[in-house]
Amino acid sequence: MSQYTEEYLKNKLTEKLNCTHVEVIDQSDGCGGKFAAVIVSEQFAGKALLQRHRLVNSALQEELKTIHAFSQKTFTPEQWAAEQ
Amino acid sequence: MSFLINNITRQIVRNHRQLLIQCSQFATDGKIIEEMTKKNKVVVFMKGNPEAPKCGFSNAVVQIFRMHGVDFEAHDVLADEELRQGIKDFSSWPTIPQVFINGEFVGGCDILLQMHKDGQLIDTLWKNAGIKSALAEDETEGSKDDEKSK
Repeated sequence: MSQYTEEYLKNKLTEKLNCTHVEVIDQSDGCGGKFAAVIVSEQFAGKALLQRHRLVNSALQEELKTIHAFSQKTFTPEQWAAEQ
Repeated sequence: MSFLINNITRQIVRNHRQLLIQCSQFATDGKIIEEMTKKNKVVVFMKGNPEAPKCGFSNAVVQIFRMHGVDFEAHDVLADEELRQGIKDFSSWPTIPQVFINGEFVGGCDILLQMHKDGQLIDTLWKNAGIKSALAEDETEGSKDDEKSK
């Protein structure tokens, strides 16, 4: 499927979106085709859900060509703190 | 006899090829995709069809709209590889399913699920498409008639 790992995607997202917190879970039993992510970044502030997801999608533009399924939850640091 | 069969086979192959060419022209043309997205108030590009979705995410979208009692037009991207790529290019969105309400791209499964959870879907259906969600009845009537009574 794809060569990507949880660690790789976590690092990439953290770097591209200045994330304060990222959780990536490989749901593909290791074949790298299906991931779920929680992404916390200040860059999401004032942005609608669609814009947030577009930001994430463009950060992972190359990766999403081979990752079959990618599910995401996006939060600002404030929203994330409220979730906890 | 075999000549006849060969002839028929050739004809079938030729027709099939023509059909394939027509399909691909149909799907790659951005304008035609745009028309598809606007043909109905709610349009979903999914894997499989609403009766038999072939992907959990597509299934989730179908179930959400069913809960809201919303009729939608569905297009199976697995039946047309060109459409599968064409719709991704059209909306600059890398995954299927894709949901359009009143011709406007709303998002994929994650976004629709979130909108369903926080009530935004009811508002969007109503404001953008004039569709009253089956889950809206209490809220919209209540809030319009007596906003502060609760």
